[in-house]
Amino acid sequence: MQKGPIRVLLADDDEDDRLLFQDAFKEIKLKTKVHLVNDGVELMQYLSQAGAVKPHVLFLDLNMPRKNGMVCLDEIRNHEGLKDIAVVIYSTSASDEDIEETFVRGANVYIRKPNNFNELKKILEKVITINWQYHTSGLNKENFLLSF
Amino acid sequence: MNLYTRCDINIAYRKILQEQLDKLDLRYTILGFGEVELLESVATVRMQQLVDALSRYGIEIVESPKNIIVQKIKDTIIELVYMEDKMTNSKVSAFLASRLNHSYGYLSKLFSETTFSSIENYIILQKTERAKQLIATNSLTFTEIAWKLNYSSVAHFSTHFKNATGLTPTAFQRIINKRRTASGAVN
Repeated sequence: MQKGPIRVLLADDDEDDRLLFQDAFKEIKLKTKVHLVNDGVELMQYLSQAGAVKPHVLFLDLNMPRKNGMVCLDEIRNHEGLKDIAVVIYSTSASDEDIEETFVRGANVYIRKPNNFNELKKILEKVITINWQYHTSGLNKENFLLSF
Repeated sequence: MNLYTRCDINIAYRKILQEQLDKLDLRYTILGFGEVELLESVATVRMQQLVDALSRYGIEIVESPKNIIVQKIKDTIIELVYMEDKMTNSKVSAFLASRLNHSYGYLSKLFSETTFSSIENYIILQKTERAKQLIATNSLTFTEIAWKLNYSSVAHFSTHFKNATGLTPTAFQRIINKRRTASGAVN
């Protein structure tokens, strides 16, 4: 039923990471269109501009200058027009408590950044597939929680 | 008196489709002449209502038979997972094969080709979704949920839940309850 690619938005201040994600998305089976922003301020500007096309899924780095991922998450969940966007948080390391905190604040997926490219590809493919099922199979988005 | 009329078939067709789809409260986009994209999955019953409504105008849905089978597989799995009392003990593969009158091998291949995912994954997805619902209502114990969804033990259920979501049932319940408390405090 899906026409056209799945829209992915990626917010990360690290250029290497952005390239890595882009390459991984290129190699997965489902067709995606990835848009990149460099930090939280840019992200919120991009999302709130008039006529912006909302992404199907947003990948959000926690540690960014100017405005970090946690603040962005709070703003998105408290914004009437944005609160339905599926948000995937990723970070290099985190305690179980930190991860739980992001879920309580409304994140849908938490990814601990894997060390190798193939692992990342596998995780992204799974996230995109499951997210798409939440879009099309009438699943309850409130219960969409996934941790890697 | 004779009236002579003329019809822009494009506009008329579009209008009929819109009216009938709206009547059934479906979310859709009309893509081009005669092509409609449904933006949600539609249960077989509602699909039949749409077929009936359109047939009054001589409009027929030309759907690929493959898609119909895939939808039936999904409906059957959902029916199994949401059984009131307890999921049936019989193997889902055998149940699907006898219900749809095709070999499981055929069904499984067709499903994977059309959805980029496997029947097994779809069953896990739906079972996990059901488990999440039951956990979120806070009315059953994990042992009761495990029994209802046909897991051999609560440990088995927890392992499966963790594999599917990355979270233990306990952590999932804690998060959902905390979210409720948090949003309750705001409102």
